[in-house]
Amino acid sequence: MPETERPEALRGSGGRPPEDGRIAATGAGGAMDLAASEATTLERAPGAPGGPGLTGGGPSGKPRSLWSDAWHDLRRNPVFVISGLVIAFLVLIALWPSLIASGNPLSCDLAKAQEGSQPGHPFGFDGQGCDVYTRTVYGARTSVTVGVCATLGVALLGSVLGGLAGFFGGAWDAILSRVTDIFFAIPVVLGGLVLLSVVTSSTVWPVVGFMVLLGWPQISRIARGAVITAKQHDYVQAARALGASSTRILLRHITPNAIAPVIVVATIALGTFIALEATLSYLGVGLKPPTVSWGIDISAASPYIRNAPHMLLWPAGALAITVLAFIMLGDAVRDALDPKLR
Amino acid sequence: MGRYVIRRLLQMIPVFLGATLLIFLMVNVMGDPVAGLCGERQCDPATAAQLKKEFGLDKPVWQQYLTYMGNVFTGDFGTAFNGQPVTELMGSAFPVTIRLTIVAIVFEIVIGITLGVLTGLRRGRPVDTTVLLVTLVVISIPTFVTGLLLQLLLGVEWGLIKPSVSPDAPFDELLVPGLVLASVSLAYVTRLTRTSIAENRRADYVRTAIAKGLPRQRVITRHLLRNSLIPVVTFIGTDIGALMGGAIVTERIFNIHGVGYQLYQGILRQNTQTVVGFVTVLVLVFLVANLLVDLLYAVLDPRIRYA
Amino acid sequence: MRGATHARWIVSAVAVALAATACGGGGDGGTGGSDGSGILSSSWGDPQNPLEPANTNEVQGGKVLDMIFRGLKRYDAKTGEAENMLAEKIETSDSQNFTITVKDGWTFSSGEKVTAKSFVDAWNYGAGLKNNQRNAYFFGYIDGFDQVHPTSGDQTAETLSGLKVVDDHTFTVRLNQRFSTFPDTLGYVAFAPLPRAFFDDHDAWLKKPVGNGPYTVDSYTRGSQMSLRRWDGYPGDDKAQNGGVDLKVYTDNNTAYTDLMAGNLDLVDDVPASQLRNVQADLGDRYINTPAGIIQTIAFPFYEEAWSKPGTEKVRKGLSMAIDRNQITDTIFQKTRTPATDWTSPVLGEEGGFKEGLCGEACEYRPDEAKRLVQEGGGLPGGQVRISYNADTGSHKEWVDAVCNSINNALGNDRACAGNPVGTFADFRNQITQSKLTGPFRAGWQMDYPLIQNFLQPLYYTGASSNDGKWSNKEFDDLVDRANAETEAPKAVGIFQQAEEVVRDNMAAIPLWYQNGSAGYSERISNVVLNQFSVPVYEEIKVG
Repeated sequence: MPETERPEALRGSGGRPPEDGRIAATGAGGAMDLAASEATTLERAPGAPGGPGLTGGGPSGKPRSLWSDAWHDLRRNPVFVISGLVIAFLVLIALWPSLIASGNPLSCDLAKAQEGSQPGHPFGFDGQGCDVYTRTVYGARTSVTVGVCATLGVALLGSVLGGLAGFFGGAWDAILSRVTDIFFAIPVVLGGLVLLSVVTSSTVWPVVGFMVLLGWPQISRIARGAVITAKQHDYVQAARALGASSTRILLRHITPNAIAPVIVVATIALGTFIALEATLSYLGVGLKPPTVSWGIDISAASPYIRNAPHMLLWPAGALAITVLAFIMLGDAVRDALDPKLR
Repeated sequence: MGRYVIRRLLQMIPVFLGATLLIFLMVNVMGDPVAGLCGERQCDPATAAQLKKEFGLDKPVWQQYLTYMGNVFTGDFGTAFNGQPVTELMGSAFPVTIRLTIVAIVFEIVIGITLGVLTGLRRGRPVDTTVLLVTLVVISIPTFVTGLLLQLLLGVEWGLIKPSVSPDAPFDELLVPGLVLASVSLAYVTRLTRTSIAENRRADYVRTAIAKGLPRQRVITRHLLRNSLIPVVTFIGTDIGALMGGAIVTERIFNIHGVGYQLYQGILRQNTQTVVGFVTVLVLVFLVANLLVDLLYAVLDPRIRYA
Repeated sequence: MRGATHARWIVSAVAVALAATACGGGGDGGTGGSDGSGILSSSWGDPQNPLEPANTNEVQGGKVLDMIFRGLKRYDAKTGEAENMLAEKIETSDSQNFTITVKDGWTFSSGEKVTAKSFVDAWNYGAGLKNNQRNAYFFGYIDGFDQVHPTSGDQTAETLSGLKVVDDHTFTVRLNQRFSTFPDTLGYVAFAPLPRAFFDDHDAWLKKPVGNGPYTVDSYTRGSQMSLRRWDGYPGDDKAQNGGVDLKVYTDNNTAYTDLMAGNLDLVDDVPASQLRNVQADLGDRYINTPAGIIQTIAFPFYEEAWSKPGTEKVRKGLSMAIDRNQITDTIFQKTRTPATDWTSPVLGEEGGFKEGLCGEACEYRPDEAKRLVQEGGGLPGGQVRISYNADTGSHKEWVDAVCNSINNALGNDRACAGNPVGTFADFRNQITQSKLTGPFRAGWQMDYPLIQNFLQPLYYTGASSNDGKWSNKEFDDLVDRANAETEAPKAVGIFQQAEEVVRDNMAAIPLWYQNGSAGYSERISNVVLNQFSVPVYEEIKVG
């Protein structure tokens, strides 16, 4: 996902430099609690039959499948519950923004441009004099739709193609990998200008489709790498020796072990897709004005960071919360799918 | 192994042809670039026709492509609209961009992996939460803003760096731009490493290594980290091309005349020769990077073999 | 919300820190001092076309040419009046045949003499079709242009038949129509003289252009920097007051501005809009904001029935009255634009044809009247107007959004107006020239020379090169023809103004605002002035 022109970077973002030096120095300290946390892990999973490495290997497993096991775990995980509630809330205001915002996001009074917080307008006004609160609430619909749908599409397409390439190897791998190479070569700006400029639809779907089209190769490479590693594991060899079918091996043994990196990349990509939507709008090929979205507001506010940081912080904060919810959800799902934890 | 590499190198040929054809067609689909050359007024038809002839745009697309490819194999990548040979543009842009990319990748490796190991070993601890919050900031605040603030703070307020990078772009001037460029990728690398470490630290070989009484430092670097790096290496491999061709925002903020800028200008002005030339080189970089990543798999996990 | 609060803390800290940086500029030493040998650095953009006088149609290339060339005439930086530079005299009796005498004693920096032939050769080159010069149409008034630059096929003549060298210092020009203000157009850079080296070794010349201006090109690295140095042998009166100028290429004017604050750059001649609010705190009085010959308008597609049928002028007038120009220029542009009240530019001056308030109430913000007029005119075609603009350059989105919000507020309908971004400038121009746009679109005009004719004829005359909306009005065309034939300047201006009234009555385009040039500079330099083309007058800048 290369970045592009101006604020509305494709990758959309940047950040504070992490505190580098200090952490490198404490690297050794990390080892100290390795053994300690190791112990807790073992305690947490006392009843794992046959030891962690063999879970789910033999045909004599419990009637409950791995996936229903995971679901069982998830429901009790507070992280999952909290993130689920946040996401439910986001979906709710995406569907009915007027529940919590009574204003009209398109009614703007230039006389109030860039003004700060005042009664009735808790988040202040943006560069066009529109109410930032109302626009942040109304922006959820577009941004959450774009972020979630593009991420789902990219994750599904990418992990299926990448997983198959990694699992079967040989010619299939060669063809699929070379196709991803070609897709990698398309600059996002060029792709956007060519593919989206011909679209006249004013819905979010062409934009989502475009992101899936250019976004899947990365997940595909990640999934392929993870599957290549996972298929070397003893339990996969064991399952194969026991005569399990490819489908069964893929779904039951490889997927749960290879999905973690895909989840990680996908949850972060969610945030970058929301920002990418703004880049496309900035290029004049994204959603047609007067669409309201966080990405568009963030990019419009970026040049004015010195004068009116509030314009940037509220939509960016909303974006951060959304990404946080999905990162937490992804973490919880990954934990639930990890047989070694059980 | 040797045969595998040769096979992969041979596969580059169709990818190379496919990618150049695709990009060539895409730039052509964008329409007639000549209209943009005359400013706010209509080019008079005669000049427009003459310009088209000069840039070879009056021929059918397939013929343009064949001529172009023929020239490419003799080392002639055509000329940009301002009359400068594309090879000259590439000669000035790529060295700068390669340096910038190296800085960014070193940051990704050093900071990203260190933070990843740290947070992976201390999941749920304050350090993990702090890194998560920084990650969120990095994802939700545009590079433009962070770059600008760093530039104002370090360049104007504290006078530690020059706000813009000089045309020669030595490594020391590229440190801050490299960090800004790497910031989003850092988030990916950190979280990928963290997850892998958290997953693998319960693996049998780690348990065995600890039981053997190996020093913890050694367990982490030789066993745990090495086996956790495959997704990280894959990600960095896919990121190289993106960093090289897509650093448009970073290059703009710090006034770096690199590949991202040239490519962006070429696309906006619909200059086929610039765009295809630069993308061609980027495709080669991608292919080599992905090959290296695949070879690294075998190094990191000895069970993986290529025949 | 912890992440956001955290970020806000950083931002406020930075904001405080920045507020403390009232003055950032400062000399980084450099060479020379008050003896006039100091060298200044200035922001620059990479020229889009090869640096030939008749091939340069944008400001960045024009900036350099203005430093290394002097033409027959030169426009005064303040009044815009065309004054003789290399021209001894330009005489005509019929506004069609001109005799031009070139001053003695001028040379190119290579030592070659500037003669009548230097001009004639340059003009023939500029007009020649095979030389591919983007500004060839400037020579279109000269007799024989049809043969040198036919609309189709190859050129049938090498030279313009209307140009004749009489002797070393005299040549004659015959035009193909009467054009009384022709001499005043000769300050445009396309009419500059060229040395033999330009023709003999073209590639070498392009790498290091040689001209007859107060500066010479010392070194030129494409895409990054051009070093210009004072030419000590310059024969003109406007000798450079500094030792030279280093033009540094910036891809973003924001970076140039930051470099100015950090003291790494002396002059930024294009202050980014987002920094206008900080300019007072950052630079104090080292900021100039002066009118330039640029007007921005909204044009309409008159090739579309929906916009050309009678009665729609009321809709256009209504739209014009729905735009709160004062508010937008104050807020979005921080007063670097002035609300327009006619279709020309204040830089022309009263005598030159600028007439404040010519537009009348049609250019004032009257929301109620606007709503009534739009309804009387049959409502907005299709129920909505979409103002098209190109998204890649010039950050038009902001003001288009503001204009639309203003229209929406006035008409009481939040979907009445919306922006319609087009990805690239080339695509935007394509859609315009192929008459594909069905709604209004942004239009801008930067004058080539300070004449009222230049603000009207190219934009509204039937079939003119920049009449993008294909507006056609016989009354207007006749008035322009009459004005061009008029030999007395004041009378010609009066007739042009009548023509402008025709534009007003039909609201052929909605005038929005006049654009100013803005620049910021460091403490090292003084006497910084922008001319009417918003280009700094480099030779007058003093260093130290």
